[in-house]
Amino acid sequence: MNGTAIHHYLAEYHRREASNNTPWLQEQGLAALEKFRNNGLPTTRQENWKYTDIGALARTGFITADARHNTIEHHRLDAVRIKGLDCYELIFINGQFSPTHTRLEGLPAGVMVESLGRSLPNPSATVREHLNRYADNDNYAFTALNTAFLTDGTLLVIPANAVIEKPVNLLYISNRQDQTLVSHPRNLVILGANSRATLIESYIGLDKAEYFTNTVTEILAGEGASLEHYKIQQESERSFHIGSTHVTQQKDSRYVSHSISLGGALVRNDITATLGGNGSETILNGLYMAGDRQHVDNHTLVNHLQPNTRSEEYYRGVLDGHARGVFNGKIIVHKNAQKTDARQSNANLLLSDNAEVDTKPELEIYANDVKCSHGATVGQLDENMLFYLRSRAIDEETARSLLTYAFADDVIRRITLQPVRDRLEYSVIGRLPDASLIREFV
Amino acid sequence: MLQIKNLHATVDGKEILKGIDLAVNTGEVHAIMGPNGSGKSTLANVLAGRDGYEITQGTILYNGQDLSKMAPEIRAREGIFLAFQYPVEIPGVNNIYLLKAALNAVRKHRGEPELDAVEFLALVRDRMKVVAMKDDLMSRSVNEGFSGGEKKRNEIFQMAVLEPALAILDETDSGLDIDALKIVAGGINQLRNRERAIVLVTHYQRLLGYIVPDFVHVLADGKIIKSGDRNLALQLEEKGYDWVKQETVAA
Repeated sequence: MNGTAIHHYLAEYHRREASNNTPWLQEQGLAALEKFRNNGLPTTRQENWKYTDIGALARTGFITADARHNTIEHHRLDAVRIKGLDCYELIFINGQFSPTHTRLEGLPAGVMVESLGRSLPNPSATVREHLNRYADNDNYAFTALNTAFLTDGTLLVIPANAVIEKPVNLLYISNRQDQTLVSHPRNLVILGANSRATLIESYIGLDKAEYFTNTVTEILAGEGASLEHYKIQQESERSFHIGSTHVTQQKDSRYVSHSISLGGALVRNDITATLGGNGSETILNGLYMAGDRQHVDNHTLVNHLQPNTRSEEYYRGVLDGHARGVFNGKIIVHKNAQKTDARQSNANLLLSDNAEVDTKPELEIYANDVKCSHGATVGQLDENMLFYLRSRAIDEETARSLLTYAFADDVIRRITLQPVRDRLEYSVIGRLPDASLIREFV
Repeated sequence: MLQIKNLHATVDGKEILKGIDLAVNTGEVHAIMGPNGSGKSTLANVLAGRDGYEITQGTILYNGQDLSKMAPEIRAREGIFLAFQYPVEIPGVNNIYLLKAALNAVRKHRGEPELDAVEFLALVRDRMKVVAMKDDLMSRSVNEGFSGGEKKRNEIFQMAVLEPALAILDETDSGLDIDALKIVAGGINQLRNRERAIVLVTHYQRLLGYIVPDFVHVLADGKIIKSGDRNLALQLEEKGYDWVKQETVAA
């Protein structure tokens, strides 16, 4: 099976080679392709993929999306955009940049928000220096594949001391095309010293389309910089989504992630955060909801390299139907990282007897003066709460929905950006029975 | 209104209620007293329909209907209200929105029009006075972070909004200091009227110093062993539960 997949992607690479207009990247692309050729796609025999079988993905001969697949009816964007959100916005259709829909008016001087693909032929020193530097092509097969096929995505550069108040919203929309497509969006986010920004990555599927999104985001948070990062995954119910976020943090920087995974047939989100500077801080909030036969896997790795670093992780999962959830949260406290404060918690709600979750916290501690805690729970709805609501005249089904919503909302209400929060609350409620009744509660 | 006949009930397979007979009419206040473990709270939970409380024998009729066939939410819509001994905290569910949904479910069931937000808020403002609820409780999640006293007040506040026909108050006095007890008891007295029956489940007589019941029943080992008027409660306070038990045995 793996041989077929390797062969397929190599063929795809060579089919597209002629149109490749980034010779300076070619060497890195080929190196990544070589890694992919050697390592292949992950299998369940690998510890990191033990619970996630990507067989169906490996067997599908996805065609690499290109400029021809950049079509969408204009009016459909309104439904996809986040209502009430005043933002800078880039839109990609099947991974292809769509310049006509860009909103970048009033961007502060020096701040760069643009299509990475357009900057590749004549790259700035920043792009040359940072692109493919924070991604881990050795340990992440799909990241290597993304690097090999790197053609477009977003470049976001915030210069030192710049503060950009409006969020940058990246909409990656996939729709039905005449072929089963794969896109490999690549985002590079560089925050200069003491800069501040908010980034939203939304992955949205339309038309129940079948496709594969293989996305990679590289982030460097400079000294004292602060990034609030949202990843909203609402891919189509027949799609595959594999996404990796590789974050490197310098001294006193702060990275806050809200990863909300609601869509997709097979989903894997990886976040690796490297606290590479004294006093840096990482906050990872996550919510995954899956029903039917959805499979959603969240892997996080927090590397405490330096002293006085802090990480706090809070993930919740709701699994219904025959859905399967996986959570793996690894924290490594390296020898140097004294006075590390690392906390992690994962709570799961199983709404059906056929739903399943595998949760695994992993702590590796090599320093001796640290505070670390972790906890994982798997449970059902609280019978006492259900009875209390029913004794207040609320239908059993409505009560279940309400409590499920309240459980999920514990993650969503940590989101400070109100329009994003409203949108997510709306989406979460929309998944539940008695949605219209529940909406009256919030 | 409520007719309980030879009620036997088990919790986790263990028989707790062993033949209770009780009749409650509209406008009456009944106090059910008894030592710990006598089955008082079990009776309250059986009436409200909690899962796991199984009726093995006997009948409960509520306005002529078999209560055991009704889901808890239907009982609530039919006018039964349970004030919980331990009100549960429900993070993420707003106190006031829950109450609005509850009230409108009851009204809909009765064929009355639902209240809109403005009408509901006016009603809430009015009923908050009954137990001197503070404004901030309105914006909070159900019982979340409430003190013991606030939780009990919130139960009576809910009762004031929902206006049940039959209110079962399970140890509403427990855990209250004297000031909170006066507020809660004052609230219950305001809600006492000719259309409403109230069943007070309590361990101590002290609540009955503020709310004068029409009837007092002593529950011991799953049975009502003595009934009387308010003087029975005073005698109990003086002589203790053993006195009734011995008297029953002697008889």
